[in-house]
Amino acid sequence: MEFTRRETLAIGAGAAALAVLPIRGMASVDEEIADFTGGAEVVEGGVTLTAPEIAENGNTVPISFDAPGAVAVRIIATGNPSPKVATVNFGPLAGNQSCALRIRLARTQDVLAIAKMADGSFKSAKVAVKVTIGGCGG
Amino acid sequence: MASAVKPRVKVPKSAAAGDVITIKTLISHKMESGLRKDKQGNPIPRQIINRFTCDFNGQNVIDITLEPAISTNPYIQFSAKVPEAGEFVFKWFDDDGSVYEERKTIAVA
Repeated sequence: MEFTRRETLAIGAGAAALAVLPIRGMASVDEEIADFTGGAEVVEGGVTLTAPEIAENGNTVPISFDAPGAVAVRIIATGNPSPKVATVNFGPLAGNQSCALRIRLARTQDVLAIAKMADGSFKSAKVAVKVTIGGCGG
Repeated sequence: MASAVKPRVKVPKSAAAGDVITIKTLISHKMESGLRKDKQGNPIPRQIINRFTCDFNGQNVIDITLEPAISTNPYIQFSAKVPEAGEFVFKWFDDDGSVYEERKTIAVA
């Protein structure tokens, strides 16, 4: 089978697109952040995120955060097949802006907490968690 | 409705007016992520609790959107301000449309 110059170019473009796809999969972390912040700048600090340094079982990793002055907090697991973990919205009767959850982590990765402050700014915290046994099935 | 879903909530029986109290909630639910496969290799459909809310006397305390990355038997701990005596209403929203509800009253000492 012989290819014309035009067909060869088309095949090349298809292969290039395929090669780019996994990279786009990784970019979904940025998409989740942008979805929450609307593209606003995120400043590190001002949020406390607590997670174990080593999680033996990725099926239940206890995490907690404290974000004084936040109206909403999104937790993102950067190495999960679907990075979004939870979005916490605080109502008028919230005692303080903290919350504890148990989450699933697929592998060793960074966990992010992004807080939306009452004045519209965004703050974040990042913790690296080593996972011994991944928790997303497969 | 998923079988054997049982919400459990721990709220102090009484508090001083204006106090901040800690609330712990746990609901037994398998939180099927939709990523797992059964023995035949077919994907198991997703069934999770996708939202949790807590209100006190009609005012919102917390509203959480949960994703498949939340563990089996979701445990949530948070705090609430108690301005007066009243009732907490906790609601868990399942993917299949059912809503599990739990109520706790608190007295002001």
